[in-house]
Amino acid sequence: MAQAAAVAKQPAPPRRRRGSATPRRLPYLLIAPAALLMLGFIAYPVISVFYYSLQHYNPTKPWRNGFAGFDNFVHAFTQDPQFWDTLVFSAKWVVVEVGLQLLFGLALALIVNQSFVGRALSRAMVFSPWAVSGVLTSAIWVLLYNSQTGITRYLADLGIGEYGTSWLSDTSTVFPAAVVADLWRGVPFFAILILADLQSVSKDLYEAAEVDGAGRIRQFVHITLPHLKDAIILSTLLRAVWEFNNVDLLYTMTGGGPAGATTTLPLYIANTSVDAHNFGYASALTTVAFVILLFCSIVYLRLSKFGGEDK
Amino acid sequence: MITKDAEISDAPVAPAPEAEEAPRRPDKRRRAWDEVPRWQIYLPLSIYLLFTLIPFYWILLFALREPGSTSLVPWPITFEHFEKVWTERSFGTYFQNSVLVGVATLFMTTIVALAGGYALARFNFRIKRAFMLALLCSQFVPGALLLVPLFQIFAELRMINSLGSVIIAETVFQLPLSMILISGFIRNVPYSLEEAAWVDGCNRFTGFRVVVLPLLRPGLIAVGSFAFVHSWNHFLFALMFLSNQDKQTIPVGLNTLLSADSVDLGALAAGGIIAAVPVVIVFAFIQKWLITGFSAGAVKG
Repeated sequence: MAQAAAVAKQPAPPRRRRGSATPRRLPYLLIAPAALLMLGFIAYPVISVFYYSLQHYNPTKPWRNGFAGFDNFVHAFTQDPQFWDTLVFSAKWVVVEVGLQLLFGLALALIVNQSFVGRALSRAMVFSPWAVSGVLTSAIWVLLYNSQTGITRYLADLGIGEYGTSWLSDTSTVFPAAVVADLWRGVPFFAILILADLQSVSKDLYEAAEVDGAGRIRQFVHITLPHLKDAIILSTLLRAVWEFNNVDLLYTMTGGGPAGATTTLPLYIANTSVDAHNFGYASALTTVAFVILLFCSIVYLRLSKFGGEDK
Repeated sequence: MITKDAEISDAPVAPAPEAEEAPRRPDKRRRAWDEVPRWQIYLPLSIYLLFTLIPFYWILLFALREPGSTSLVPWPITFEHFEKVWTERSFGTYFQNSVLVGVATLFMTTIVALAGGYALARFNFRIKRAFMLALLCSQFVPGALLLVPLFQIFAELRMINSLGSVIIAETVFQLPLSMILISGFIRNVPYSLEEAAWVDGCNRFTGFRVVVLPLLRPGLIAVGSFAFVHSWNHFLFALMFLSNQDKQTIPVGLNTLLSADSVDLGALAAGGIIAAVPVVIVFAFIQKWLITGFSAGAVKG
């Protein structure tokens, strides 16, 4: 929406003469491939999810298929404790991940924005996990966490903890273990975006603040943070949506276990549709997830007054 | 951040005066930043570097040391795990498939997004605002939750088990962000440059190719490598749409190794390295452009 507003503020491109080299159809021709792809492979599937959410649809139980009204939704909210458990876990996962990623990402960006010896190399190294996939992150951390030859073995050699500890198969340690693994990959995302924005802070502002006797902390609070505000709001929102939706890491690392302790709502939906073939119910859960995401995003943008002060 | 875009395209000459003043002020600037004590940089940075690099070292260690070894140094070095994964676990085939998917997604995304981004940057047309809104809203649509309807569509098109289905799905979900980014990059190129080219006798297409395209290079590299890395890494679409083993991609192969009853750690590590090498190379190559590309188009505009 903000982007659309920015577009509206743009000066209108010069109007072209009628009959010039540019027919009026040109912009439509240019967006046609993108628009067709998105209609066919995003809009149509979304609509079919809405449609199936009102149906009983399960290929393995065809005798029940048919119009369901709001049965699926009623079932989710009243008779399915797993829905609530996974929803609460999703919220916990998103808040913890995004909060910590932002905190460390901001700190990291501020550090590598200084000039010091070895800056280019350190940047390349600390940003590198950004390019690593969810599955590969799982593979790496499964190697680190495994009970026989993982890091716990060497910690036990030093007298810390016990031999044979497996953090991923214990319900009390699996959450922090998964959080740390996802942080490893997620912090560089924030660091890269914030660093890019930091480079556009005018140096004059700092010089002026220096002349006025403001210390580094006050410069950070009064110059750097306000400048980064919109970047932070937008990147936390995008990341929160992404962390909510993305199932790669938990799917491959814990499979939602042990005992369902790390099952997010999307993971539960995937299991419901792929393993249990209950497409109707999975579609209803998907619809609920959409509505929750949309609602939270609007509330977040309102509360944070995104883009407010500049206008 | 987005609102600042307007300022940028309004004043394409803005950087010039700053560049002229620059030589006068270097000492002042350095003094402002020299205040940060060195240990406040190096101490947290080293701790964070350890956190980043130990996992990388760990996977290298497991991939290179002999089976059954518990040494913390990969010596004597062995390539046994790599040979095994590449042939027995068919990572050679997966690698080819992943390259094909990655490169095809890169080109499709960049070309389609370039066309759409140009239209958004240079024209006012009736459905433009609605289209921009649709692009932004699509960011909230989780691909993972559309797996079932997408599967049905590709089944109708008889594309299940063909790499085409994965390429299309990856491209579609890359498109919105790529298009928004590219239209930002194009808006940063003054329109007058293009008009000058038309006066010199170029038509719109050659004008674009000769004048705008070279200036878009950093942005296009950022967007294209984004598309490549994402499709290289992404795994759900490939997992769902490709069931034949000879069609699968690297992340699916890794998942197979991970979900085995007793995980072969050496093979898993070697497979992971094979999965990482191309993205690490791409990343090392584009890192510089990534930051400038972002600050030119994404974050400010």
